[in-house]
Amino acid sequence: MTDPLLDVRGLVVRYGPVTAVDHVSFTLDAGETLALDGPSGCGKSSTALAVLQLRRPHAGRVRFEGRELTSLTDRELRPLRPRMQPVFQDPYGSLSPRHRIRDAVAEPLKAQGRWNADDGPARVAELLEKVGLDPSSGDRRPHELSGGQCQRAGIARALACEPRLLVLDEPVSALDASVRAGVLNLLADLQDELGLGYLFICHDRAVVRHVADRVIEMREGRITSEWRPR
Amino acid sequence: MRSEALLSVCDLRIAFGAVEAVRGLSFDVLPREVFAVVGESGAGKSLTARALLGIVPRDATVNGSVRLRGGADPAAERGRRIALVPQDALSALSPVHPVGDQLAAAVRSVRRVSRKEARARAVAALDRVGIPDAARRARAYPHEYSGGMRQRAVIAMATVNEPDVVVADEPTTALDEDRRERVLRLLAEQREAVGAALVLVTHDLDVVRDHADRVLVMYAGRAAELGPVERVLGHPRAPYTAGLLAALPQDGPRRRRLPALTGTPPAPGALGPGCAFAPRCPLAVAACHEDEPEPQAVDGRTVACHRVADVPEPIREFL
Ligand code: SF4
Repeated sequence: MTDPLLDVRGLVVRYGPVTAVDHVSFTLDAGETLALDGPSGCGKSSTALAVLQLRRPHAGRVRFEGRELTSLTDRELRPLRPRMQPVFQDPYGSLSPRHRIRDAVAEPLKAQGRWNADDGPARVAELLEKVGLDPSSGDRRPHELSGGQCQRAGIARALACEPRLLVLDEPVSALDASVRAGVLNLLADLQDELGLGYLFICHDRAVVRHVADRVIEMREGRITSEWRPR
Repeated sequence: MRSEALLSVCDLRIAFGAVEAVRGLSFDVLPREVFAVVGESGAGKSLTARALLGIVPRDATVNGSVRLRGGADPAAERGRRIALVPQDALSALSPVHPVGDQLAAAVRSVRRVSRKEARARAVAALDRVGIPDAARRARAYPHEYSGGMRQRAVIAMATVNEPDVVVADEPTTALDEDRRERVLRLLAEQREAVGAALVLVTHDLDVVRDHADRVLVMYAGRAAELGPVERVLGHPRAPYTAGLLAALPQDGPRRRRLPALTGTPPAPGALGPGCAFAPRCPLAVAACHEDEPEPQAVDGRTVACHRVADVPEPIREFL
């Protein structure tokens, strides 16, 4: 049997005296979407941050592609980071307002030392096209794009270094209804094409039922139930 | 104007310089109904909601008319016959006065009553929205209230003078699903209790379906469709309404892909001469790019679409 893409055991996150995540365990396979659902403050976003090691958990294990992340130093984590990428709710907040879209998408490639002037620009154009953006949008800055276009740019940036896992924190909650469906379709297509695993945090029941293979409900830091939409 | 209408809007236009954001809206609000105004960002729904109370941005030019029954200007009746529940509960309460004092002041601003009487009405309004131990809580400051209680206090503020019309501008946008239901139920109850009509501005079609009697679907500052909720959402006749409904994720057998609309809602000022929805509309014909469609009565509602006569219901099959 092969390892799951992500294997989380007994995860605990505390903020001072408050236990935000209380012994949470789950697995996620490549090509699968696991939704985390629950009211605000239930610990779903803290779980996401701990999986990404953006907030180090107090206890528990996070195995990603067979490697234990919790014992790694920040330096050891660095080469793994591009393989697990966050996409946040506020499409504008996750892109620097001063940078052009093409620079925002190129930035992770540069940070990973994978940029070269010959084929870098073509790679950026390819990424923009993959998320359904016109190549000319690369010249724009975030505020010149609509919310949906911005969220697509954020996804292009997350894809730049060939991730295996996307941690999507309410990725469509801030989008207009007529735009939301397009972004959900894009995420479905990318998953089919690239076999990505999605940890999908969302508190909209209809969206959860639409996207998820499995759903975990959280309340006060704990998992209260797990179910399949179909 | 229908004689029984509480509030009548006639050819309302709101412009910023040469850019029109609300482009000719007409509708009536009837006694005791829940009238939803739904639209996406930039559709002009919030501007419209505020214009119902005579609140407009300083740099805006307003044309057309908004009148209360009997012809009164709503700006002169704000807080008395028409009241607002704003988006941000905090902005409606002053941090430096006890909540009860603020409600009592609202009472005395429109009625010649004694301090004691105003105070009693304030406490009664807080009690009505379910604030426990209202007489004592009336003496507390807003920061001593929980978020949920503050939301209740704002609703009490809007209903304390028993207005004819309460306008709620995206009252639940910042809340999660559980709280959203509670606030909407509370608004509905309060509307019943004081016998007001409720104008509910929202971007959420599920909220409209569950809570409204009639709905105005706005697109780019105009009415795409207007009518009873079960007709407009159950059997939409405007391509925009139909496309929007089809694109919603919903229960039932899993569809991997949703029938999404292409493109994004237009920014005010970036409109061509024809129907504002034409660049995204799967049913658009040449005329759609040239002339703006006028609202017409069809099938128990009003629809602005050139093709409403030749595309039968369900139009979903044609999208
Ligand atoms: S008028 Fe034309 S473009 Fe506008 S909604 Fe109707 S068919 Fe579509």
